[in-house]
Amino acid sequence: MAILLFADHDNATLSDPTLRALTAAAKMGGEIDILVAGKGADAVAAAAAILPGVRAVIQAESDALEHRLAEPAAALIQSLMGGYDTLVAPATTTGKNVLPRVAALLDVMQISEITEVVGPATFKRPIYAGNAIETVEATDAKRVVTVRTASFDAAQPGAGNALVNSVEAADAGDLSRFVENILSASDRPELGSAKIIVSGGRALGSDEKFQSTLSPVADKLGAAVGASRAAVDSGYAPNDLQVGQTGKVVAPELYIACGISGAIQHLAGMKDSKVIVAINTDEEAPIFQVADYGLVGDLFEVLPQLEAQL
Amino acid sequence: MKVLVPVKRVVDHNVKIRVKADGSGVDLANVKMSMNPFDEIAVEEAVRLKESGAASEIVAVSVGPAQAQDVLRTALAMGADRAILITAEGTVEPLAVAKLLAAVVREENPGLVVLGKQAIDDDCNQTGQMLSALLGWSQGTFASKVEIAGERAKITREVDGGLQAIDISLPAVVTADLRLNEPRYASLPNIMKAKKKPLDQKTPADFGVDIAPRLKVLGVEEPAGRAAGVKVGSVSELLDKLRNEAAVI
Repeated sequence: MAILLFADHDNATLSDPTLRALTAAAKMGGEIDILVAGKGADAVAAAAAILPGVRAVIQAESDALEHRLAEPAAALIQSLMGGYDTLVAPATTTGKNVLPRVAALLDVMQISEITEVVGPATFKRPIYAGNAIETVEATDAKRVVTVRTASFDAAQPGAGNALVNSVEAADAGDLSRFVENILSASDRPELGSAKIIVSGGRALGSDEKFQSTLSPVADKLGAAVGASRAAVDSGYAPNDLQVGQTGKVVAPELYIACGISGAIQHLAGMKDSKVIVAINTDEEAPIFQVADYGLVGDLFEVLPQLEAQL
Repeated sequence: MKVLVPVKRVVDHNVKIRVKADGSGVDLANVKMSMNPFDEIAVEEAVRLKESGAASEIVAVSVGPAQAQDVLRTALAMGADRAILITAEGTVEPLAVAKLLAAVVREENPGLVVLGKQAIDDDCNQTGQMLSALLGWSQGTFASKVEIAGERAKITREVDGGLQAIDISLPAVVTADLRLNEPRYASLPNIMKAKKKPLDQKTPADFGVDIAPRLKVLGVEEPAGRAAGVKVGSVSELLDKLRNEAAVI
């Protein structure tokens, strides 16, 4: 039958994770419609319409949907699911917030964070922080699936020419209200889509040193900056930079781990990177077991040298 | 206000798990089990709400085998007042757990349910959202701050770009993220006291909930390993490798 892809966006731009989830959806087989729920999100709907293999874009506009809070977004999706047998979303914080709510409303067990599409109802997904991979087959009449975006390439826009249809947003009452976003301002690439990531751990020692040591190298490389959980817990970096099982899962071309020991939960978030470099004073650190290139040394000496030679 | 705190018994987060040779699952025989770390944060938050006067009673609930009593005793030692164990063997999926919790909520009428955002075994991140949907309540997921104000609560959430503050009506389901608080260790006197606190035992049948799994596990495998790397002696050697061997810069 058909697949509904719940688009992740900020009312202005369609996100890279959505393009990756589209690739996963295409592998499941079936017609794909993209749902753009938001406010003033015409540009997002237009961007979705030119994606390859999209049958239609469904646009829902309302004040309640502006920030895609779970209650109104789930009510809207539930009202549309009569026409679909599969619901897909990228496993962004919005997807992870909204989709289980829809799944329960549909009496469906969700399949979270798939990394591979084996068949229309069969998927691989990591469990135990990526220390095991489970293959599961869904037996429910409908399927609700979130996609670990690091595992799929982004669909290339331009080939599609889908119609944009408007639908009325369901009224979900006054359960939740948006107050504010406190977003980190940065000119750097997004962690999830960056080709290079320079990541720092507790060894950086303070938020000033975290900035002053990693930023010059990241700037030279055009890289995103990431952090270990230890660095975030110590207040050296904001939470949205955390790479790991419970933070962001990334798979860049190059991941440079600086002063990160390599706890299981951090490795779960970056071990699918194409090339991993580890810089650490402790040559026994577990990070060296996954690193393609290891450099035993003090990052406060190594990183300035690296920056100078780039 | 009564607060309900669902907790899950999982493999201890320090254990390096092994996949069974026949690919049927993960070897859990003789492995240390503990309370899911995110649920510990949820228990701590409930206890702090009680200490601040916002909560009056804390009820901990777990769905699992008889040994899940241990994690309920831990919750009681941290400050929960009483506990309910719904005994069930084998895998109980988040949807079934959410249905059982919804049944408990209808009996207990709490003003707030606080639980971890995900369990570190199945990594599903679903139960709280599903429970909220089944109850028709509001949800505040991935919370790093919870402020109760009368009939509503302000929840600060960890989102992809930073933080998001929302204002939700009560009753509500809140799921705890890492930085909501640092859970306390239970003191020995409190561990002793916890042994005397009430712990009710129920079964899924008592609530009329079908817990048959909806997902069929076809196999479990080890993740693909990474080939061993090399140590380099200097920054210039590293850059040479990155430029000419790996060709990533």
